[in-house]
Amino acid sequence: MSAAAKNQEPLLSVRDLSVAFHQEGNSQLAVDRISFDIKRGETVALVGESGSGKSVSALSVLKLLPYPAASHPSGEVLFKGQDLLAAREPEIRDVRGNSVTMIFQEPMTSLNPLQTVEKQVSEILHLHQPIAADEARRQVIELLDQVGIRDPRQRLASYPHQLSGGQRQRVMIAMALANRPELLIADEPTTALDVTVQAQILELLKDLKTRHGMAMLFITHDLGIVRKFADRVCVMTKGQIVETGPTAEIFETPQHEYTKHLLSAEPKGNPPPRAETAPMVMQARDVKVWFPVKQGFLRRTVYHIKAVDGLSLDLRAGQTLGVVGESGSGKTTLGLALMRLIRSQGEIHFNKLPLHERSFKQMKPLRSSMQVVFQDPFGSLSPRMSIADIVGEGLAIHARELSAKERDREVANALEEVGLDAATRWRYPHEFSGGQRQRIAIARAMVLKPRFVMLDEPTSALDMSVQAQVVDLLRDLQARHELAYLFISHDLKVVRALANDVIVMRAGKVVEAGSADKIFDRPETDYTKALMAAAFNLEATTTGVVSE
Amino acid sequence: MNAPSSTMDDAYDSKGRPKGWLSPTNRRRWANFKANRRGYWSLWIFMILFIASLLAEFIANDRPILVSYKGEILYPVAVDYPEEKFGGFLARTDYRDPFIREEIEANGWMLWPPIRYSYTTANSYIPHSAPTAPFWLMDEETRCQAYPLGDEDPGCTLGNMNWLGTDDQARDVTARMIYGFRISVLFGLTLTVFSAVIGVAAGAVQGYFGGWTDLLLQRFIEIWSSMPVLYILLIIAAVLPPGFWILLGIMLLFSWVAFVGVVRAEFLRARNFEYVNAARALGVGNGTIMFRHLLPNAMVATLTFLPFILSGSITTLTSLDFLGFGLPPGSPSLGELIAQGKRNLQAPWLGLTAFFTISIMLSLLIFIGEATRDAFDPRKTFR
Repeated sequence: MSAAAKNQEPLLSVRDLSVAFHQEGNSQLAVDRISFDIKRGETVALVGESGSGKSVSALSVLKLLPYPAASHPSGEVLFKGQDLLAAREPEIRDVRGNSVTMIFQEPMTSLNPLQTVEKQVSEILHLHQPIAADEARRQVIELLDQVGIRDPRQRLASYPHQLSGGQRQRVMIAMALANRPELLIADEPTTALDVTVQAQILELLKDLKTRHGMAMLFITHDLGIVRKFADRVCVMTKGQIVETGPTAEIFETPQHEYTKHLLSAEPKGNPPPRAETAPMVMQARDVKVWFPVKQGFLRRTVYHIKAVDGLSLDLRAGQTLGVVGESGSGKTTLGLALMRLIRSQGEIHFNKLPLHERSFKQMKPLRSSMQVVFQDPFGSLSPRMSIADIVGEGLAIHARELSAKERDREVANALEEVGLDAATRWRYPHEFSGGQRQRIAIARAMVLKPRFVMLDEPTSALDMSVQAQVVDLLRDLQARHELAYLFISHDLKVVRALANDVIVMRAGKVVEAGSADKIFDRPETDYTKALMAAAFNLEATTTGVVSE
Repeated sequence: MNAPSSTMDDAYDSKGRPKGWLSPTNRRRWANFKANRRGYWSLWIFMILFIASLLAEFIANDRPILVSYKGEILYPVAVDYPEEKFGGFLARTDYRDPFIREEIEANGWMLWPPIRYSYTTANSYIPHSAPTAPFWLMDEETRCQAYPLGDEDPGCTLGNMNWLGTDDQARDVTARMIYGFRISVLFGLTLTVFSAVIGVAAGAVQGYFGGWTDLLLQRFIEIWSSMPVLYILLIIAAVLPPGFWILLGIMLLFSWVAFVGVVRAEFLRARNFEYVNAARALGVGNGTIMFRHLLPNAMVATLTFLPFILSGSITTLTSLDFLGFGLPPGSPSLGELIAQGKRNLQAPWLGLTAFFTISIMLSLLIFIGEATRDAFDPRKTFR
């Protein structure tokens, strides 16, 4: 075989692959006869919403599924002509971490917290090649340097908790690159990262790919990344690949119904117009949340962590104030302080009532008019209560005069209002999908007829198309009930679709504040500009204004 | 998109209301429990034995269940009749007395339980000195040789035989075993329930409030649980008269600690869950949050522990009885039976009976416990 012909041969060829899971006697087909090829040096993206089987497909390439609960009724995975599915365990171990490597979504948990960076990276080297200790160290330093970790020599002895999320993901990439793989499988490698860090990591992967000429299987739900990054796209839904093609072609002329649906699923619509005369709902002046750090035997306060440091805001009825920033910038802390769920200094006025003078107990009568919707639709509903109990709990406290029957009617109304079938209210949260759960959480807030709702990243755990629906629902409810929203998010696209005023936060301080149009279209500070570039164009800024 | 993505649609009726009284989660748990065949059968066997032992008075008793005397129906199992009713002179009738028996049978009939001994009844017609062997180890003549008419005597019936022999005070071992099983299980259950209530409450408070509450209570528990329980029991037993409730109280003092760890951990973990925060934002009070939102989480760990704590309590009671510091003398107790077996090595039926009773009881409980653990394990898959 000539070298040219060898290059034409696909590096990885997945043929008719199926994956089935067996539980309690019934089996479920998670992946249904999918086929795709990856050529040398090519990036193929598997795109789909959660539950479409994209991660399972990627894991089965390296046989990393929980066998025997999982099985492959059909198919083969040919890597350079060798069928990995039929390979025995020692053979496949030889491939894993060597010629095919993988990076995972969660940088917080995919590194061993008890071992140093050096040990973890060099372990991969030692596993697949006989190598002397000092040579291994030299290579580790080189790898860390390649993935853009500053002062790699000093970082060798670091433990994962001493690194930021982005740095951890870089270490993961270094581990994946250690043995010069021919194929890198990246399973949502940037989903857990901030937009600015995401842009940097993507830049890095792109750079490394061209330098080493490796192929990449990129799994993601983010179409923006795909468009920028992939050579070819496979669109997956319900375990099947419904469309495959070159990236540009898919984005220009999508053929399949589902692809069109996915492409049109971006959050759309416009925020409510600014209303300078609407009644003031929430007004805060110089709010500070400082967590004291105590040290020594006498527990003296050594210094403070300033989660929110002197922040002021105004929020009128029917308006949405977007709070954006990287993780750790104090967005959520600000929201909790305004709700008086944590201790804070400074003045907070709600409906002209001074909240900062009230204790936690005295806040109780006001709780019904200020509500919160949390990020994680799986964590924010008690798994052991039925939907009716969850939504009705607030009514039982704030509207004691209602009889059980009236309360049940209110609950049913609230569920109908957020677009759920009221007949499902005796069911338990685990029977609902992520988007439905978020609707339930919204219904729990709305049933009390609040005036102020804090929305803490309500869409970031949801699929793109569900996100758009939830955004529409929120806007709808706002218009109908004159609600004031404090919308906390790192997803600038969603903020743009909902907020008419925006605060950009960093390290507890306001970087920039003003009307949404001004912040999005004419950002003034470097930080905001970098944030916008990363969020809308996936461009990394190298000037050091953002964290790494 | 409005229909829940559920595979359990058969759990709800056409209006969406759940069928039956079990929530879907509990329904799945019950199915998981049943899938463990050994545990499921153990539960049935244990329930049958336990209910039977609760009705011990109708199985092994020294009084008849029903008596018809001169046209009158009497219930000696429930009512104490003075003996003068039948022409005797004692305050309580001894129905086993041949005189009374003949008097009643001449004027009516008696319905006896299958075993005509209670746990204190001594057999006055044992063929030789106590302890005597089970009747099926002796030939028919020796069995009834102490009765006035030998094996022709009306008292020489199956109900008067000692099926598992007698102990060294001529009391029937079968009767003592049945009553001993009952008191062991009841003691274990009561102790477990009380310790669970105290332990869960203490763990909940520590886990939920954390901080100084947690710190102080944890240190207290460390000191408390490092006390030598057995010696304290011995000291207290020397001062207070031993009895079911006193023993229970003393053992309760130390046994609740077992639950604190798991419950505290569950509460510590769950108190920052988003749904707990959401409840706080709704204005729900601390007590309600603990009870409604956090306790169900902690109950999984607690329920998984229960059968093992139960068998532990039974073992403790048995060992105290064995040492002679347990229930008051004369009580039916498996520990005391073991002690007798140890003193009378020539009478192996004593030790063997106690051994099999205890080991079967504890095995059943452990099997049930394993099935419970399976039932509450969310990651458990069946193939």
